[in-house]
Amino acid sequence: MTQSFRLESGGLIDRDKKISFKFNGKNYFGYEGDTLASALIANGVHLIGRSFKYHRPRGFFGAGVDEPYAIVQLYRNGETEPNIKATEQELFEGLEAKSVNCWPSVNFDVGAINNFLKIFLPAGFYYKTFMWPKSFWYKIYEPFIRRAAGLGTASIKHDKERYEHKYEYCDLLITGSGPSGLASAYSAAKNGAKVILAEDKSRFGGTLLTSEVNIGNQSGKEWADSIISELKEMPNVTVKNRSQVFGYYDHNMLVMSERISDHLPKTKKFHPKQRLWYIRAKEVLISSGSIERPIVFGNNDTPGVMLSSAAKEYLKVYGVLVGKKPLVFTNNDSGYETAIEFKKNGIDPIILDTRKEPKSEIIEEAQNMNINIKNSYVVVAAQGYKKVKSADVAKISDNKEELGSIENIECDCICVSGFWTPTIHLASQSGNKTKFNEDIDAFVPGISKQNEKTLGAANGIYTLEETLKDSFEKGNLLSKKITNNENKFSFPNVVEKKSTVHDKFWCVPLPKGKNYKRFLDFQNDVAVSDIEIALKEGYRSIEHVKRYTTLGMATDQGKTSNLNGLQLVSKIENKVVPAVGHTTFRPPYSPVSIGAIVGREVGKHSKPTRKSPMHSWHEKNNAVFVDAGVWLRPRYYKRGEENLFEASKREAKNVRTNVGVCDVTTLGKIDIKGPDAAELLNRVYTNAWLKLPVGKARYGVMLREDGIVMDDGTTTRISENHYHMTTTTAQAANVLSHLEYYLQLVWPELNVNVVSTTEQWAGAAIAGPKSRELLKKLFPNSDVTNEGLPFMGYMEGDLFGVKAKIFRISFSGELAYEVNVESDNGYFMWEKIIEAGEEFGIQPYGTEALSTLRIEMGHVAGSELDGRTIPYDNSLEGLLSKKKDFIGKRSLSRKAFAAKDRQKIVGVVPLDKKTSIPEGSHLVKDSNAPLPNPKLGYISASCWSVEHDNPFSLAILKDGKNMIGEKLFVMSPLKNKIIPVEIVSSHYVDPKGERVRS
Amino acid sequence: MLHIKCPHCGLRSQNEFSYGGDATVKRPELGKEISDQDWDNFVYNRKSLRGKHWELWQHLSGCRQWIKVQRDTATHEIFKTLKANEEIS
Ligand SMILES: [Zn+2]
Repeated sequence: MTQSFRLESGGLIDRDKKISFKFNGKNYFGYEGDTLASALIANGVHLIGRSFKYHRPRGFFGAGVDEPYAIVQLYRNGETEPNIKATEQELFEGLEAKSVNCWPSVNFDVGAINNFLKIFLPAGFYYKTFMWPKSFWYKIYEPFIRRAAGLGTASIKHDKERYEHKYEYCDLLITGSGPSGLASAYSAAKNGAKVILAEDKSRFGGTLLTSEVNIGNQSGKEWADSIISELKEMPNVTVKNRSQVFGYYDHNMLVMSERISDHLPKTKKFHPKQRLWYIRAKEVLISSGSIERPIVFGNNDTPGVMLSSAAKEYLKVYGVLVGKKPLVFTNNDSGYETAIEFKKNGIDPIILDTRKEPKSEIIEEAQNMNINIKNSYVVVAAQGYKKVKSADVAKISDNKEELGSIENIECDCICVSGFWTPTIHLASQSGNKTKFNEDIDAFVPGISKQNEKTLGAANGIYTLEETLKDSFEKGNLLSKKITNNENKFSFPNVVEKKSTVHDKFWCVPLPKGKNYKRFLDFQNDVAVSDIEIALKEGYRSIEHVKRYTTLGMATDQGKTSNLNGLQLVSKIENKVVPAVGHTTFRPPYSPVSIGAIVGREVGKHSKPTRKSPMHSWHEKNNAVFVDAGVWLRPRYYKRGEENLFEASKREAKNVRTNVGVCDVTTLGKIDIKGPDAAELLNRVYTNAWLKLPVGKARYGVMLREDGIVMDDGTTTRISENHYHMTTTTAQAANVLSHLEYYLQLVWPELNVNVVSTTEQWAGAAIAGPKSRELLKKLFPNSDVTNEGLPFMGYMEGDLFGVKAKIFRISFSGELAYEVNVESDNGYFMWEKIIEAGEEFGIQPYGTEALSTLRIEMGHVAGSELDGRTIPYDNSLEGLLSKKKDFIGKRSLSRKAFAAKDRQKIVGVVPLDKKTSIPEGSHLVKDSNAPLPNPKLGYISASCWSVEHDNPFSLAILKDGKNMIGEKLFVMSPLKNKIIPVEIVSSHYVDPKGERVRS
Repeated sequence: MLHIKCPHCGLRSQNEFSYGGDATVKRPELGKEISDQDWDNFVYNRKSLRGKHWELWQHLSGCRQWIKVQRDTATHEIFKTLKANEEIS
């Protein structure tokens, strides 16, 4: 293919660097510095996709972020990405892209049949048509809509690219490097302020790259280049291109996405693909410029109809002609700039100006160049299907309501300018209540809400001189406030030819007898007639009209359509535009990749992984791990071909008959010190703590203020004013915050310090009838007899030269101990235990066996202390002190908590002694009762009792106290199971608790 | 993301803090008789204010201190922050 629309010379592209790429399977080439859009246009490709609803042919409308049409599926380095704007995607070697929204191909599209049926697809069509029957939605309507519409296909592969997050602070954040951004950055930087200047595009300079202006004795672009290179040299300035500030959040935090590698064939080694910046700025200068808005006319969505500023950008930046027979349709001077640019490159444009007798320097220049200018003329309709072939034009009356006779002009593109709309998104997101500016027919920022100021075109200031003056001054003032420095410099002389007067004309009336579609929203196919229908049907609020018609709801967020939509509503409703009001601008300003938002927190990195000091031993010994909060714990140790059930049964049985060892490092540990430590415990635990002797441990239950059990654990008095508290693994962080809350806010008079020591200690639970024998071997110098270290006793010991804490506490219900050593010695301790335990038949056990042991003992854990139960429900009422008050006590006398038939923990055994009971199942009286079958309780935990060799479960059951011996049914609709069961005591093993004391 | 001035550490981003509810609620003294209604008011009943509100935050990933923050619930503007032992005026 030859680049038949590329000029011989000119533009900012590098013509020495040819780049080949593919679009819809065909090979093309462009140059370094091209976008996919400019390269396609250069190659004469004007048809890029199909529209969302009617599947009408789509070309290019803009040259940047405002593009509503040219959305492609991109293929890069073996990955694919949807929703990419061809106008933003820079060309790289080997780039591949495909059209979206069309099937089977862009040239022949089945969905285009919608276009001929468009009479049946009016506003609210989807709401009205796909409403009923309801059963059709998932199987018929949704798949149909999804295939017919959409912006491409997301990859289901794991994304190999890396995305990073960065936090940054600065004095001034400046969003956009056009004239206002450069001027304000320059004066702020000169005053020594820490400045971040962000530019969305790859090139700095904004409109200065394409406008015919002079600043000092330089052209606009030369001036921009010199300012940027000076800024880049300054240590207090960060200059970022390909970086879009897309969101303005609370307290002057802005988020910027930097596309580091998207313009390269492949991400460089050690580089991220994109980086998300969270920037906290003292001052924000919004210099985001403005977007040209279209004039609405018949068939204005035909490929070849585009913004006049885009046509100029393709010419000046890329050396590309968007057409060879251009028609410029304008209501202001901007169209003249484009026409002159065509003329300079040997192309004869025709200008249709809606104004009757416009006058300015630039119009004179156009006249002197012999450009054909028709005043009081409009384009009535574009003609052509896949590309503009001609335009029906007519003279328009002074009141802009009557059309003269229709003439047809041959043309291959129509460059439209309906004046400029300030890009106020960031200002609006900051909370700034925008106001309507009559002079420019658009909204501009009002009074600053946060520390933001809007400059230049984004603020509705359209002359370069005023923009530069205001921006230099704002940059100077705001930075001076921060740095107390001021650098004076002389303001350059500015030459600009165009005037800023525009004709308040935005929509061409339909000629008699014609029913052309006149589009407002090009991405979502919303036409003038759709808005008319919505209003006829009674929609009034602009927010409702927007949702009903989908105006401005596409991924371009109505950048080119919002204002014309408002103009239409205001005209029909006979209200002024500000009375109609505009819809809310929400971040992101332009789509941001999910990868950038997620950053590095993916897969294993989505949360930290904590491992105990014995982790590598577990790994070496075939442990199968399970996530316990952020911890990895051995679930069971696999021997041979064992499965989870077999292994955990073996491990649990070994604890009941010999001795087992379990890594309990993950238990929360809190060190409590101070003269009032006992008083603190006495207030937060439900039982009495003032008389616990030194060297003794006690089990305690903690409530929330609402009476619900928060956590349980043992706390040991190490010395007079020193306690060692343990919490469950899951609640460790919450318990610490809970204690800090009361100490800092409620009882500041208590002299106590609390600190987490969870990571400081490695813990091993040694449990089973032979555990004392083992302990004697481990601590030959300590008296660990039943007298020397009784149940709930504590002592310090010497473990082969390592200091250890020995607690005689039991979770398994067996004679058991817990040994803690400093974390660094954890592995050593574990190896010694295993070594010494060999002769007693020691086996390590994981969380599954641990659960089995505690369940058949009837010890409550997280599945019973689930934030819904009070102490009574868990048979912990014996731990409620009657003599003292404690946190949550008052709530327990609330009526529901004191009810006689209150739920209580019970044991559940299947009648057949065989069928395992799924956790979470419901308990019911009658398995055949009509639905909804009244639920009496639920299964909280299930195991295979190793003591009785049959299934056993714990349940929280209504009136559980009086239900022992009853026969009920367990129902699990999820597992499709109905199991007849008997209710038994929750203490299925050693109900008198003799073993722990043996 | 809010920017909260911890009275101990200075300005820090919201993600270092956790929210702790209404700072004007006083816990009834332990051991004191209290009516059901008053207890319910302490445990459950909160005004969902629009506007200036004193609330508790804990500087969880910083100094771990509970602090009092006066914030506008509608605009997120923060007017004042106090240490735990400083009285709301
Ligand atoms: Zn702090």
